[in-house]
Amino acid sequence: MIAGRVHTTPPRWGEFFLETLVRILGVSTIGFVALIFLFLLREGAPVFVEVPLSNLFGRAWYPTFDYFGTLPLILGSILVTLTAIVLALPLGVASAVFVREVAPGWAREVLKPLIEVLAGIPSVVLGFFGMTLVAPFIRETLGAPTGLTAFTGALILAYMALPTIISVAEDALDAVPKSYRDASLAMGATRWQTIWRVVVPAARSGIVTAVMLGMGRAIGETMAVMMVTGNAARMPLTLDSLFRPVRTMTATIAAEMGEVAQGSTHYHALFGLGIILFVLTFLINLAAATTMFRKRQRGGLR
Amino acid sequence: MQLHPDVRISVTGGGTGTGIAAMINGTVDIANASREMKPEEIAAARANGIEPVEFVVANDAIAVVVHPSNPVDHLTLQQISDIYTGKITRWSQVGGEDRPIVLLSRESNSGTYVYFLEHVIRLGEKDNQALFSPDTLLMPSSEGISAEVRQNPNAIGYDGLGYVTPDQKMIAVARSEAGPYVLPSVESVNDGSYPIARPLYMYTAGEPRGQVKAYLDWILSEGQTQVARLGFVPLLH
Repeated sequence: MIAGRVHTTPPRWGEFFLETLVRILGVSTIGFVALIFLFLLREGAPVFVEVPLSNLFGRAWYPTFDYFGTLPLILGSILVTLTAIVLALPLGVASAVFVREVAPGWAREVLKPLIEVLAGIPSVVLGFFGMTLVAPFIRETLGAPTGLTAFTGALILAYMALPTIISVAEDALDAVPKSYRDASLAMGATRWQTIWRVVVPAARSGIVTAVMLGMGRAIGETMAVMMVTGNAARMPLTLDSLFRPVRTMTATIAAEMGEVAQGSTHYHALFGLGIILFVLTFLINLAAATTMFRKRQRGGLR
Repeated sequence: MQLHPDVRISVTGGGTGTGIAAMINGTVDIANASREMKPEEIAAARANGIEPVEFVVANDAIAVVVHPSNPVDHLTLQQISDIYTGKITRWSQVGGEDRPIVLLSRESNSGTYVYFLEHVIRLGEKDNQALFSPDTLLMPSSEGISAEVRQNPNAIGYDGLGYVTPDQKMIAVARSEAGPYVLPSVESVNDGSYPIARPLYMYTAGEPRGQVKAYLDWILSEGQTQVARLGFVPLLH
């Protein structure tokens, strides 16, 4: 017994050291996120005191003249993001179904890495593409006064969210047990019926997660959106708003942060926008995490 | 740089607001500006122990530009103001085709934005509280404006004369309906007939000394030929 204890003590020290190190690293990541949020709060919270709420949630954003109405910016972000998801969801799920269920093995081997390459295109390149090719096309074909519209931004964002949606949805389809497919086919269902009535519904929660993650990607995107949406802080309430310019929260922060005097109301207002954006993305991620958690609890499919 | 190989100059872009913010924070020797510093900006600089000194280094006209195919070629200041505040929304209301007007502007950190607002949209009236229409597209750069004006027959934009490329059409501007309608040029700025002209400034942190002084002296003398070459209006001597 005594001999054993002498033997095991030295390696335990090393283990203890490593364990502590890993724990510190793990906890510090959470710590950094908390610090970033605290910084955001410290810089942005004053605006909720300095500016009356009726102004802060008003309809006019003219920061140079003390109008800090964030409503057009919030609605602008939401309009562009939701449209992007509506465009990307059917395409993304259909692509995932094709890659996982329909495509022959060799095609899958080619398509999967190609889709991942798609995710690596810098957003500024997509923005430039949108500005010079997509925008004139939209103006000419849809008859909008200008091609720099919410819809143009949504198109570019949909393209950027696609790789995320496809890979996560594909993983979800992949996790559906083979026995489900076998059972369905054995019951006499066609391949199409198996896919749409059995496999996709079984992977539903994974697909919802894919959409949430794509949405988180879309709402935080800045550069491409700034280049193609026209950045007009108008209220997107009329029916034709989709084909009119909008200004998003991210584009506003990026365009205006460079010029503000530190500590001014405008500076705090931009951080205030950051807080609103943070809360929105947090809610979206929370929703994604809850759906994931719920399906794990059910003990069924991943 | 060829005359003084020992001097290194680094230039950062942005807008007037960016330069003045950097001057207040004490990170630059010289800040270029297309408007005067505001009293509160000067106060902020003084609070940081920096005394900004103003130099007028050139003059500039702000050109109002449209697509080359647009038949409209002259406007009064009042008409431009009504267009940018959203009172006039179609080109047919100012003698053009039946098309919607798309308003383009620089971002609000640009000195050009503030100057245009105060002297054109508000017509220089101190108690005028008019603002850009919320439908105005704010472009992050001069290139953004020229790209959209080049390709969109509905667009109207404004920018410094030095930034106007040949594929945009400039509008002749008059102070009142009686005219005369004048195109922006070096001559029309110098004789005061073009209504939207302004000085361009350089601010130094304290009285310029050493290399900074040599640089400013050069700009105010020989450098004026470069001012003209780049499409701005040199100072009269």
